[in-house]
Amino acid sequence: MQIYLPIAEVSVNAFLLLGLGGIVGILSGMFGVGGGFLMTPLLFFIGIPPAVAVATEANQIVASSFSGVLAHLRRKTVDLRMGTVLLIGGLIGAAVGVVIFNYLKALGQVDLLVKLCYVVFLGIIGGMMFFESLRAIRRTRRGAPPQRKKHGWVHGLPFKMRFRTSGLYISVIPPVLVGISVGILAAIMGVGGGFIMVPAMIYLLGMPTKVVVGTSLFQIIFVTGFTTMLHATTNFTVDVALAVLLLVGGVIGAQIGAQIGTRMKAEQLRILLALMVLVVCGKLALDLLLMPSELYSIGTAGGH
Amino acid sequence: MLRLALLFCLAALPLRAEEVVLGLSSDKVAITATFEGSDILIFGAVKRETTIPEIPLDVVITVSGPSLPVTVRRKDRRLGIWVNTEMVALDAAPSFYAVATTGPLDTVLSNTEDLRHRVSIPRAIRSVGAATMAEDAERFTDALIRIRRDQGAYQMREGAVVLDQQTLFRTAIRLPANLTEGTYATRIFLTREGRVVSQFQTTIDVRKVGLERWLFSLSREQPMLYGLMSLAIAIAAGWLASAAFQVLRRG
Repeated sequence: MQIYLPIAEVSVNAFLLLGLGGIVGILSGMFGVGGGFLMTPLLFFIGIPPAVAVATEANQIVASSFSGVLAHLRRKTVDLRMGTVLLIGGLIGAAVGVVIFNYLKALGQVDLLVKLCYVVFLGIIGGMMFFESLRAIRRTRRGAPPQRKKHGWVHGLPFKMRFRTSGLYISVIPPVLVGISVGILAAIMGVGGGFIMVPAMIYLLGMPTKVVVGTSLFQIIFVTGFTTMLHATTNFTVDVALAVLLLVGGVIGAQIGAQIGTRMKAEQLRILLALMVLVVCGKLALDLLLMPSELYSIGTAGGH
Repeated sequence: MLRLALLFCLAALPLRAEEVVLGLSSDKVAITATFEGSDILIFGAVKRETTIPEIPLDVVITVSGPSLPVTVRRKDRRLGIWVNTEMVALDAAPSFYAVATTGPLDTVLSNTEDLRHRVSIPRAIRSVGAATMAEDAERFTDALIRIRRDQGAYQMREGAVVLDQQTLFRTAIRLPANLTEGTYATRIFLTREGRVVSQFQTTIDVRKVGLERWLFSLSREQPMLYGLMSLAIAIAAGWLASAAFQVLRRG
């Protein structure tokens, strides 16, 4: 069934969009990522104008993250206190990031920089997670006891706070710093930042993998909600018809994803996320290295 | 001198005496939520006071969507990776353009007439300053035409106009589903030996209606409200799915 989208001004297959939303929703519920980095190229591919794709997707992520958070709240795997601290850092970071982004845009070639940023970051994060999870799986196979958390310099910092759900008693400085840096990166790369936030929470803050997913989704709701409003009021590029088609699949997928996530071991979850990050990284790298079939591209005037 | 002018007028008269009487299957296209494109039937007759001249008549029909500035970029390999390097900004390119004729365009319309009336696809694109932006600006225009033709937005249909008895003509133009809103100019040219002997112009109005119209207007006129509505829908859908799954698991 073809549906004409009022803002995007293109006609698309409704069932295709429902399916796309569903797949991205499952990933969102399982791993605590928004799925924007996966959805954007898919929407480009079916002919949605880039500006509309990016803005509408933010709206869809609000829905699937909200659905996912409710599922995780029932299982008590959302650290609201940690989420709020990360969010405060994230908003500061996003504001700084937008300033940096505009500066880079004035220099030109921002698209290339974003893509290179993506490839480097995804490659490093994915690679590290993959080998770490592999080691963890081998260790449990051999029956060795899991490593105890080490007490490092992080635990000597002031302003300690108890994060009961995560089982942590640490200073608020590291979470705020993580929030700020992810916020900056997210603003520059134009994504919600889930797939940077999740590994950062696991490895830098030492949060349990199960809690990380729900907590990441919690803060993604606010970030993408803010982004949606920004796009709707400044660029007029949020297509509500497209969003509805995507989010129907997305909210259902998020519920299924959250259920799958609880049945899996933390190491398995991490290794799957690592693989997904590496696949996206590989795809982006190939785009840059292989000769495109169409050398020319059409954009609207006034772009850079 | 006066006699000569009068003679000239008389000689030219039979050519001008042919006029187009046009019909359209519809002069309005309504874009609804389930819009799947539309076929417009363009038909008409040639009205003339005199007998049919010896030289055969040809008909050229063009339908053109709203023109907008367009930027075309080209990728090149730099340091092993493919990046956008050169770009050409075209002043105006129609979002949709279709040409239908009774025969091959280069025989039914001469080059000078094409230039004057901007009939063929490359002529319909205005690119005044393009040549200064890149050495081979023409290849950027060609790329634009190629990409849009593959999308069905630019159509060149030689021989698609049927002409009966030198008088009745008809053709169908397929408007694709990915249609931009606006006024679509429709032009009909009657030609003889490549020269335009008569022309007629009308418009087809393409408008979003119903829900499409309402959403589009709301997003432009009340962007804050529109944004909040989008968020409300998202939150409600998220909650609904969660509640539904909870019921499902219990039941």
